[in-house]
Amino acid sequence: MGGVDAPADTSHGTHAESYTPVFVGPRREQLDAVLTRYPTKRAGLLPALWMVQETRGWISEEGMAEVAQVLELTPAYVKGVVTFYTMYHQHPVGKYFIQVCTTSPCAVCGAEGVRDAFLRHTGCEELGVTSDDGRFTVIEVECLGACGFATPVMINERFLESVTPENVPDILAGLA
Amino acid sequence: MGYPHKPHEREAVVLSKYFGDPEAATLDGWKKRGGYAALQKALGMSPPEIVSIVKDSGLRGRGGAGFPTGVKWSFMKLDDGKPHYLCCNADESEPGTFKDREIMRWTPHGLIEGCAIGAYAIGAETCYIYIRGEFTDPLERVEAALKEAYAAGILGANAMGTGKTINIYIHRGAGAYICGEETALMNSIEGRRGNPRIKPPFPAVSGVFGQPTTINNVETLAAVPHILNNGADWYKKFGRPDNPKSPGTKLFSVCGNVQRPGNYEVPLGFPFKDFLYDLCGGPKPGRRFKAIIPGGISVPIQTLDEAEASFMDYEGFVEQGTMLGSGGVIVIDDAQNLVKQIARAARFFAHESCAQCTQCREGTSWTTRILERIVAGDGSSEDLDTLLEIADNMTGKTICVLSDSCAVPVVSGIHKFRGDFEALIKKKTVHMVPAVA
Repeated sequence: MGGVDAPADTSHGTHAESYTPVFVGPRREQLDAVLTRYPTKRAGLLPALWMVQETRGWISEEGMAEVAQVLELTPAYVKGVVTFYTMYHQHPVGKYFIQVCTTSPCAVCGAEGVRDAFLRHTGCEELGVTSDDGRFTVIEVECLGACGFATPVMINERFLESVTPENVPDILAGLA
Repeated sequence: MGYPHKPHEREAVVLSKYFGDPEAATLDGWKKRGGYAALQKALGMSPPEIVSIVKDSGLRGRGGAGFPTGVKWSFMKLDDGKPHYLCCNADESEPGTFKDREIMRWTPHGLIEGCAIGAYAIGAETCYIYIRGEFTDPLERVEAALKEAYAAGILGANAMGTGKTINIYIHRGAGAYICGEETALMNSIEGRRGNPRIKPPFPAVSGVFGQPTTINNVETLAAVPHILNNGADWYKKFGRPDNPKSPGTKLFSVCGNVQRPGNYEVPLGFPFKDFLYDLCGGPKPGRRFKAIIPGGISVPIQTLDEAEASFMDYEGFVEQGTMLGSGGVIVIDDAQNLVKQIARAARFFAHESCAQCTQCREGTSWTTRILERIVAGDGSSEDLDTLLEIADNMTGKTICVLSDSCAVPVVSGIHKFRGDFEALIKKKTVHMVPAVA
């Protein structure tokens, strides 16, 4: 379980000078609105982390520290939560983050071929390693919950169904 | 056949009636189709009256456990003076299952209506819909529908002008199968790691934020408005006449090596053989079905004989060596290496283990390694006994059932398809003999 309750100590949130806070202006208002839905500040943690990722593309140590400060948690606690959930990126990823479902129901329908086609056509050498041009990261993902439409693939927030190795080049060509 | 599809004449479309009809996803469209009449009716009744109708209908939890919904609701003590919560479990991630996704995509107002009725019935003013992070499309649709419902005064501090407070919020998950386990789900809402909690205390006593809580699956809640509109007796008419324990309709998601994958809604107790061959179109040309997993990857694998003899309800599947589970039907044909697929299933569980219980953390990982070794041709004759022993250590010994779920395909696979494992192991032995000589 994720650590002890944090003291209301805000000194944890010292950022590197280059860090620009996320929770100012409209983002801060957005978070405050979300916090009214819950009886505790801690419950705003998953939504706050989503906001950091939407703004920055990933969640840095400084980002975690800012979230900790805003929600009165410790950075260690926040990191404990970030590392539990696979969708939070702890490192920068390619402009297009491609997740191919290869769990059993998709595997019996040829998902491994789809995965390999993405690796081949993006120039990514291996799973999880961003292409040299910074455009693509391809990973395998566990069950995307669309098993009847094998193979489902997520590209950033876009959800594609019934992808085959043959239509991978067209999908990639359609990305700006 | 994919989606949207024209329902098969033997389907009983209640929840899926408007799948594929974009107008039904809007507030006006939903109202035109009779939407929110059930909520209006419910708010004019007392909570115990609603609970009693749902109890009488025989509706059982559609997420996997099959617990009677009305009974679960009755555990909430209405006069305890505490804030109550309803959590709608939309963390659909059980491999093979994709029905809640379609309910949210096509009939988000139906879900909202069910949530609102459920919340009122258990004395909750707040409901959280916990949607898995990957479901971007369902998230958008439910969010848009909530916005409409608030704007129309259906939700909020004066729900439908009755002076009652019903708030429904989306809580977006962030990638964790285990958060579909109800106590992990509550931890995740609270801003914690999604580790399951030890029970007791049960959620109805101490749930999310330490308060009395009920957790229901999307499909369960979506069925409630239909029951209130048409009555418990109407609902009980669906099902096998000789099995009153499993009434109602149920969405089955079908995937894998089958002609027509997709969602099908049938009365519980439907003959599985007819379902597989008639509705789903049978195997692909030139292929035979080899094994069927009827309720998501956590339920025991069936042989084809078992599957063809099954009736599709909670008791019918148990009689044929498996469980109804979530209704995610995974079809595997004779072109597949079954052991490889079982190894893939084990890998799934190893990846998704929250790792707090030793039996699960170690068991899922070692099971995966041994199975993958067998698939790679490096298995030994002792491996099957080792796998069964590990499986035994993983069953009934942990905080939640993820560990048990990993053991299930392994144990049922070895018991029912032992030859497949032995053939892979033997291949290696044959290969090794000349080398030793």
